[in-house]
Amino acid sequence: MSGEIAAITMAARPKVAAAAVKDASITALIAFGLFFMLVGLRTDVGPSGGLVLRQRWGEVAILVVLAFVLRLGLVTWRGLRGDAKPATAARTEALRKVGRLVAPVFILLAVALPFIPGTGRYELDLGILVLTYVMLGWGLNIVVGLAGLLDLGYVAFYAVGAYSYALLATTFGLSFWICLPLAGILAAFAGVLLGFPVLRLRGDYLAIVTLAFGEIIRVVLINWASLTGGPNGITGIPRPTFFGLPFSMSGEPDTFAGFFGIEPSPVHRVIFLYYLILVLALLTNWVSIRLRRQPLGRAWEALREDEIACRALGINVTTTKLTAFALGAMFAGIAGSFFATRQGFISPESFTFIESAIILAIVVLGGMGSQIGIAIAALVMIGGFEVFRDLDEWRMLVFGGAMVLIMVVRPRGLVGSRTPTVALGTRRAIGAEHVAEGRG
Amino acid sequence: MAYALQQLINGISLGMIYGLIAVGYTMVYGIIGMINFAHGDIFMVGAFIALISIVMLISGGIMDGPAAILIVLLVSMCVTALYGWTVERVAYRPLRGSFRLAPLISAIGMSIVLQNYVQVAQGARVKPIEPLLPGGVEVLRADSFIVQFSYMQMLIIAVTLGVLAMFTWLVTRTPLGRAMRACEQDRKMASLLGIDTDRTISLTFVIGAALAAVAGSMYLLRYGVIDFYIGFLAGVKAFTAAVLGGIGSLPGAVLGGLLIGLIETFWSAYFSVQYKDVAAFSILVLVLIFMPTGLLGRAEVEKV
Amino acid sequence: MAQPILEASALTMRFGGLTAVDAVTFTAMRGDITAIIGPNGAGKTTMFNCITGFYRPTGGTLRLFRDGMPVELQSLPGHRIAQAGVARTFQNIRLFPGMTALENLLVAQHNTLMASTGFGFGALFGAPGYRRAETLAIEKARHWLDATALVERADDPAGALPYGQQRRLEIARAMCTDPLLLCLDEPAAGLNPRESDELSALLRRIRDGGCSLLLIEHDMGVVMGISDRVVVLDHGKKIADGTPAAVRADLRVIAAYLGEGDEE
Repeated sequence: MSGEIAAITMAARPKVAAAAVKDASITALIAFGLFFMLVGLRTDVGPSGGLVLRQRWGEVAILVVLAFVLRLGLVTWRGLRGDAKPATAARTEALRKVGRLVAPVFILLAVALPFIPGTGRYELDLGILVLTYVMLGWGLNIVVGLAGLLDLGYVAFYAVGAYSYALLATTFGLSFWICLPLAGILAAFAGVLLGFPVLRLRGDYLAIVTLAFGEIIRVVLINWASLTGGPNGITGIPRPTFFGLPFSMSGEPDTFAGFFGIEPSPVHRVIFLYYLILVLALLTNWVSIRLRRQPLGRAWEALREDEIACRALGINVTTTKLTAFALGAMFAGIAGSFFATRQGFISPESFTFIESAIILAIVVLGGMGSQIGIAIAALVMIGGFEVFRDLDEWRMLVFGGAMVLIMVVRPRGLVGSRTPTVALGTRRAIGAEHVAEGRG
Repeated sequence: MAYALQQLINGISLGMIYGLIAVGYTMVYGIIGMINFAHGDIFMVGAFIALISIVMLISGGIMDGPAAILIVLLVSMCVTALYGWTVERVAYRPLRGSFRLAPLISAIGMSIVLQNYVQVAQGARVKPIEPLLPGGVEVLRADSFIVQFSYMQMLIIAVTLGVLAMFTWLVTRTPLGRAMRACEQDRKMASLLGIDTDRTISLTFVIGAALAAVAGSMYLLRYGVIDFYIGFLAGVKAFTAAVLGGIGSLPGAVLGGLLIGLIETFWSAYFSVQYKDVAAFSILVLVLIFMPTGLLGRAEVEKV
Repeated sequence: MAQPILEASALTMRFGGLTAVDAVTFTAMRGDITAIIGPNGAGKTTMFNCITGFYRPTGGTLRLFRDGMPVELQSLPGHRIAQAGVARTFQNIRLFPGMTALENLLVAQHNTLMASTGFGFGALFGAPGYRRAETLAIEKARHWLDATALVERADDPAGALPYGQQRRLEIARAMCTDPLLLCLDEPAAGLNPRESDELSALLRRIRDGGCSLLLIEHDMGVVMGISDRVVVLDHGKKIADGTPAAVRADLRVIAAYLGEGDEE
């Protein structure tokens, strides 16, 4: 339908308009069919305990008109624009060049954020949240973007890290700095354990098995109450210290404020947490960038491009996949233990499938394999999600709709091109049309 | 023994519901090779449409009975089919021939949209209804335990079998079915031979959604409570059923649904209710690892 | 005295009821170009896939002679066969299309490079051994790019190269694994006469460099021109084995190619 309309030239404007009106009317009719029951007739539990209907025809009318207008606009715009499509390769190349400039600016901004006037507790908390997702996105990018393994249960490793820290800290009283690497190692171990049997599966099967693993871990967390506290979770998780100096308000010499002789303030801890997650995220970034230029990372990308060819070249496909899986899991685990210490409280509710979906969406929307794209996607998605806080239950609706919309408009994400890891002459970006995305 | 018989009856009726949803997964996977992640939520939408029509019928004074159930089924199938069509048109068709991950992300987005749309439109609270078809036949009485085969369970089994028979006829004996199978084999070739592949794919989604609507209505009538979140778990389990039966195989989907229903019921009855979802997921993992082609699926030989 | 490089004895591969390769026995000599020919469906590619580890043979043995010591290939997993010294190319080219030609050749040296990095993580912190290893790897890649006349295209994505160059790049990539035996699955398919001649020259140079070759080929010009030995398969069975001249004169071979093979 749209193809026909797009083919109509500028000379045929009235025709375009007529076709658009017809098209929009059909859309409005469909919208009426969709909305008249679910929106028009609201069921509520009545006084007698049974369900009663409340009629809301006004809302239906608004939605139908909205559908008509939007479709009309879309069809007209498409009809007038014709078939011209901007060259994606040139655009990604330009974006990549801008990206090279943008990255240092971003890092500078991120470092300076706590000292920018007007930055309060709220902004810092939001910054911490965004950076957590940036780190998770970069971690998952190793698995999905580089190695091409579709993982829908990434949140499981986040949970393993969070619970590892919470349990180690509350049971054995280990300090945060010992628990952090331990949590990472435990999560990596979980990654190997889960990865070993499933990594020979391909594509969507791998996705669904990882999803199942994520759910299994969550159900176990809920039901193994003696260890995990069940649905109530774990409370009283120790907060991090500044290398042994607690952030306490007392101002004694063995606290952070007292040691440095400054006024005690609750913001100190937030600033410290902010820098902590910034460093952790940048560490993830550094490791991914370094590894990508080395044999292991190159093997991951080769695996994404063609697994059979890898086997013919003597690459041990299983161990190579496992390293990607384990490394991705490790960063999720580290992020998880950060999450636990920041919140002071964790429960299975924080580790639902929707978290995995959000992280994966960040990776795909950012452009798989692109570090800067993922950071921007995390900023936009999580930041935008916070901006729409007032929308309450509408927020997730908008969020899901945005996911669909961005995919339809830019299926390859923000940055779809790939930079070669090594070159004889000059490095040139490789357009998205050549880059495979893996079948595993 | 009597207890086990009761579980068998319960398991079969639950399994039929999973089977109906699984057919939708299997069909879509067969034809465009993607997991229609929003399919579980289409099932949920079907249940809600059925709920609204029941409340409408009751407040309109139409008494319960077979006629009312038939109306409910038809309304739910039609409206839900429209949802299935729209989802494909809006979220999947623009991405056809695009990168593999894009439709999956889009499907996850669609699943989020549907869930939250129903939550916004109908509220987050659970919706209870009175049983429309109470009572049943006493099959067996052993000591104090009565094995009951409720009318509702009979209805589920009868309707499911009827719908599946109709559907099998549709796929094997009609031009539409031939077109669907042709698209499944080789979409490009089918379109070269003059088959409107877009239309065929649309119809696949419509049929899948209609079957999910039947499943949703049956779920509502059998359990009497629904909320906007039932789609996720049911969807994953139905997908497990489709994989267990061999993805792409229609009888396999029903068989897989039955097995998942039985396993879940017996697991809850004899081991632990809390871990019943773990049982379903573990089966999924085990099947995929040890028997990736499922029970009735064809082996895929890796071409080098 | 010529030594064997690969020895197949009673090699058999069945798919369900179909016997694709039926008790084939042959020996490829070190430093030879051995061609496997036969009509379509004769089982050539299946046999290739057994030799290179993509199928596990139903029966028989495959021995690769590495420094005179036999290595039993039929029981090794795919990547081990490549590590033992068997490299291959594919009938439908399988490059890493989104990576540059140079990157393709570096991936081929993965195992050597990994060993120098301390399992991949040593290099993270700039272990000194790695830098040297990488320089050597790039040198080797440049050598093979030179040999296949692809130096100009080193930094272009493999997927953007024209067909003939992709074929050559795949051969270069296989050679970067330092194989004892290079297996080529229809390397001349889709090439024009001039490119075929260049290919023949390249294959001869590879042989003269000390690597043994095994190739499946339909282009008789190439086969007869460069092969030291030809093995003919038909319906999964070996029907002839000898010098190109001898095979060309073999009545059974002629019959098989003219479609009279059923009369026996």
